[in-house]
Amino acid sequence: MVIAAALGALLALFPLAAIFSRRPGVHAAVHAACLLACLTLLAAGLAHLSAPGGADQTLILPIGLPWMSAHFRLDSLSALFVVLINLGGAAASAYGIGYASHLPSPKRATPFVPLFLFGMNMVLLSDDAFVFLVSWEFMSLASWALVLADYTRAENRRAGAVYIVMAVFGTFCLLSCFGTMVGPEGDYSFAAMRAHPLAPTAAFLCVLLAVAGTGSKAGMVPLHAWLPLAHPAAPSHVSALMSGVMTKVALYAMIRILLDLRAGVPWQWGAALMVLGAVTAVLGILYAVLEDDLKTLLAYSTVENVGVALIGIGLAVAFRDNGEARLATVALVAALYHMFNHSIFKSLLFLGTGAVLSATGERRLSALGGLLNRMPWTGALMLIGAASISALPPFNGFVSEWLTFQILLKGPSVPHWAMKFEAPVVGALLALAAALAAACFVRVFGVAFLGRPRTAEAAAATEVGWWMRAPMLVLGGLCVILGAVPVSLSQALSVALAPLTGATVVMSADLGWPWLSPAGAFRGSYSGTVLALAGLALFGITILLVHRFGTTRTRRAPAWDCGHAEDIVNAQYSGQSFSEPLARVFASTIFGASETVEMPEPGDMGTATHTARKTDPIWVGLYQSMVGWSIGSPIMSTSCSSCRCAAIC
Amino acid sequence: MTPVLLQLLQLLLVVTAAPLVTGWVRLVKARLQARRGPPLLQPYRDLYRLLQKEAIVAPSASWVFRAAPYLTFSAIWLAAMIIPTFSIDLYLIPAADLIALVALLGLARFATALAGMDIGTAFGGLGASREMLIASLAEPAMLMVTFTLSLLSGSTSPAIVAEFVLHGGIGLSVSAGLALVAMILVAIAENGRIPIDNPATHLELTMVHEAMVLEYSGRHLAMMEAAGMVRLTLYIGLIGCLFLPWGIALPGASGLELAGGLAMWAVRTLALSTALAVFETSIAKMRVFRYGDFLGGALLLGLLAAIFHYVSEAV
Repeated sequence: MVIAAALGALLALFPLAAIFSRRPGVHAAVHAACLLACLTLLAAGLAHLSAPGGADQTLILPIGLPWMSAHFRLDSLSALFVVLINLGGAAASAYGIGYASHLPSPKRATPFVPLFLFGMNMVLLSDDAFVFLVSWEFMSLASWALVLADYTRAENRRAGAVYIVMAVFGTFCLLSCFGTMVGPEGDYSFAAMRAHPLAPTAAFLCVLLAVAGTGSKAGMVPLHAWLPLAHPAAPSHVSALMSGVMTKVALYAMIRILLDLRAGVPWQWGAALMVLGAVTAVLGILYAVLEDDLKTLLAYSTVENVGVALIGIGLAVAFRDNGEARLATVALVAALYHMFNHSIFKSLLFLGTGAVLSATGERRLSALGGLLNRMPWTGALMLIGAASISALPPFNGFVSEWLTFQILLKGPSVPHWAMKFEAPVVGALLALAAALAAACFVRVFGVAFLGRPRTAEAAAATEVGWWMRAPMLVLGGLCVILGAVPVSLSQALSVALAPLTGATVVMSADLGWPWLSPAGAFRGSYSGTVLALAGLALFGITILLVHRFGTTRTRRAPAWDCGHAEDIVNAQYSGQSFSEPLARVFASTIFGASETVEMPEPGDMGTATHTARKTDPIWVGLYQSMVGWSIGSPIMSTSCSSCRCAAIC
Repeated sequence: MTPVLLQLLQLLLVVTAAPLVTGWVRLVKARLQARRGPPLLQPYRDLYRLLQKEAIVAPSASWVFRAAPYLTFSAIWLAAMIIPTFSIDLYLIPAADLIALVALLGLARFATALAGMDIGTAFGGLGASREMLIASLAEPAMLMVTFTLSLLSGSTSPAIVAEFVLHGGIGLSVSAGLALVAMILVAIAENGRIPIDNPATHLELTMVHEAMVLEYSGRHLAMMEAAGMVRLTLYIGLIGCLFLPWGIALPGASGLELAGGLAMWAVRTLALSTALAVFETSIAKMRVFRYGDFLGGALLLGLLAAIFHYVSEAV
C-alpha cells in the first residue's frame, strides 16, 4: 500500500512538473518529493527484508492487456533491489535539490527524473512480462529524455541517437525472450513462465536473448558502446542514477530470468558469462584509464564493475546447475554485494564530479588540479570513493572483490575441464582489472584534486553547498560502513537470496561475528572490522611515536623537484602522461593506441605537435554498421597539442 | 592469551628487524662490489637522523602529502603483522588472507602514489605512473600464485598454507616450484629492486619509487624509508612462510619451539637477503617498457602453475 502510494506519487509528479516547469522552485520541489518517495520505498524494502519469514506481497490490478491483469509482486530479490535502487535514488534526489541552479535548462530534465525513478521501481515489482516491458520502456525513454536534456550540444544528440537504437535493440531481445517463455494459452505471468518447461532450442534462445537484452542495458562488452556516450550526457545526478542504479535494474532482470524464471540454465552459460564478465571488466577499465573526460571515465568504469558482477552471476549459474547450492549462494552474494557497493561509490563519484563541474565548469582532467585544497569536503569524499572503487581495504569495494575472488577459486569444483582452465584465467583478468582500477583512480584523484591547478577556473573553485555535500557524506559513510562491517550485509544478502539458489549460508560460520568466513564454502577469512581497528591503532601509534621521538617542526618551502623547480604548471604530470605507459603496455594492440610527434626542422619557428590516437575495435566492427549514420569517424578520441614540452633532463 | 602475546611480539619483531635486514643487504652488496660499505646498523642511524630533522613541505601540498607517509607505513606494518614469521599462532591471522594482503600493500601504494602527485612536479607523477604500471602487472601475477597455493592447500590463508606444507602436504611439486619463481619475480618488482627499479639511484630517468618520495624530508621521509624496509622484510617472511616454513612453531608450541622458530626465521631471512644481494649485483636494470616481459613472465608462470596442478591431478 505504502509502495503503491509512493509509486503513484512519482508518476503524478511527471505531469505536475511538466505543467509547472516554468515556475521558480519547481525543480527543488520535485526533487524533494522524489527524495521522500525514494526514502519511503527504501523503508518499505527494508521492512520486507527484515520481516521474519516475510511472505511475498502480491497485487493484481485489472489493467493492461485485455485478456490478462497486471501482476505485481514483492519478493526478497525485488526487495533487495528496491533498497539498492532507492538508496541511489534518494541520494541523487537530495543532490538534485541543490544542483538545480547549475543546469543549463532544468525544465527539460526535472519532469523526467520522477518518471525515471518510477520506471525503475516498476521493473522490480512487475510479475508479468507485459508490466515488465512497459516499465522497462518507461525507464529507457525517461532516461533517453534526460540524456537529451542539454540537446543543444551535438555530442548529446549523437549520444541520444545511439542510445535509442541500443534501447530498442535491448527491448526487442527481451520481448522475444519472454515470447519464448510464454506459458500455455498465452499466459505472460511470471508464475506461468516458471511452470512452463521449454524445448532445448527454445531454452537456448531464451537465455541468449535474455543475456543480450539485459547485457546491452547493463553495458556488457560488446554491447557497451552506447553507455559511455549516454551516461555522461545527462545532468550529473542523473548520470549517477543511470550508471549507479539503472545498470543494476538490468542485472536484476538478468538474475530474475536466468536464476528464477528458468529452472535449469546449463553451466556452460555460467562459464560464458564469466568470460564475458572478465573481458568486460578489463576492457571497461582500460578505456577508463585512457580517458580524459571525468564523466566518460566514470561511465567506462561502470562497464568494468558490471563485468565483475557478471562473473559472480555466471559462477552462481554454473554452481547451481552443478548442484552446489551453497557455493551458488555465496557467488550470488558476491555479485549482489558488488552491485550494492558499485551503486554507492559510483553515485558518490558522479555526485562529486557534479560538484567539480558546478565549481569549475570543467569535467576534463586536463583542466583541473589542486582541488583538494579548495574543495576539502568534496575532495575527501572523492578520495573515499576512489579508494573504495579501487578495492582497497577497509573500504567496501574490497569486500565484494574478495568474495568474488574466493568464490572464483572454488570454480574448479564444477567438474568440467573448461571450468578448471577458465577459473584461473578469469581470476587473472579480474586481478588485472582491479589493479588497473587502482591506477585509474590514482590518476583521477591525483590529477584533478592534487598537484597545482591547471586553469584559472580550477584555481578559483569553491566548495559546494550543503544540499550537495550531504548526500555525498551519506554515501561516503556507507562506503566505510559496508567495508568495515562486511558480515552483517552479506548475511542479509545470503538470507534474501536463498530462495533463488536453495541454500542459506552463514557468512561468519567458522569464526563468529566480525570474521567473514562463509560456512562450507572455502577456507579463508577476512575481517574488515578487525583490519580497520588494528590499522587505525597502528596509524595512531606511528604518529604518536614519531612525534614523541622525532621533531614536529615543519617548514613550507618551494618544491625541490630534483633541482628543476619551475613555475610552469603544465610541467606537472597530466592525465595523459600518467596513462601513457599503461597505454603502451596494454592498449597498443587492443585499441591501436599510438602517438606521433612532429618536430619542426631546426631553425623553423613552427610549433611541434603531439598526436595521440586510439580506436575502438568494437565500435568499428559492430556499431558502425548499426548506428554509423549518426556518428561518423571511427576514431574514439584524438588529442592534439602543440606544446612547449617540459623536457626532463 | 598466547596468540595475543605472540602477535605483539611479531609486531615488534618485524619493525625492529627491518632496518637490520636492509643494512645486511646493503653491506653484502657493497662487499660484492669490493667496497667497504656502510656499517650494518647504519639504517637505524639514518632513520633516527631523519626523525630529528624538520620536515619541508611545498606550498601547494595538501594534507594527503602529510598523511601519506604514516598511512603507507601503518598499512605495510599491518600487513607484516599477518605474515607468520616464527609462529602461526597469531591472533590476527584470520583477519586477512593472501588476497587481503595484496590489497593492503595496494593501499600503501595508493597512498604513496597520490603523495607523489600531490606537489605537482613532473618527477612525482612519473614515479606514480610507473609504480601503478608495475602494480598492474605484478598484482595479477601475485593472485595467480595465491590461486595455485589455494588449489594445493585448500586455503588462501598464509598460516594454513604453512601448516599444510609443514605436514608434507605439498612435497616436491612442479606447481609449487613455478609458483615460487613467480612469487620471487613479484617480490623483486614490488620492492623496487634491480632489475625493475634501483633503490640506490637518484638518476632521474631510472627512478620509480624514489621519484614518488623525492619531495619528502625529515620525519616524513623516515616513515617512507621505514615502510620500504618493513616491506622487504615482509616479502622475505612471506616467501619463507609459504615455501620454506620449516621451523615455524605450530599452535600450542613450547617456549623452546618458539625460540627455534625465531632462530629458523633468522636463518631464512639471512639466506634470502644474501641471495637478493647476490642477484642484484649480478644483473643490470631494465628499461621501463621491458617490465611487461619480466612481470608478464611471472604471470604466465603463475598461470602455468595452476594448469600443471590440474594436469598432475588428472594423471
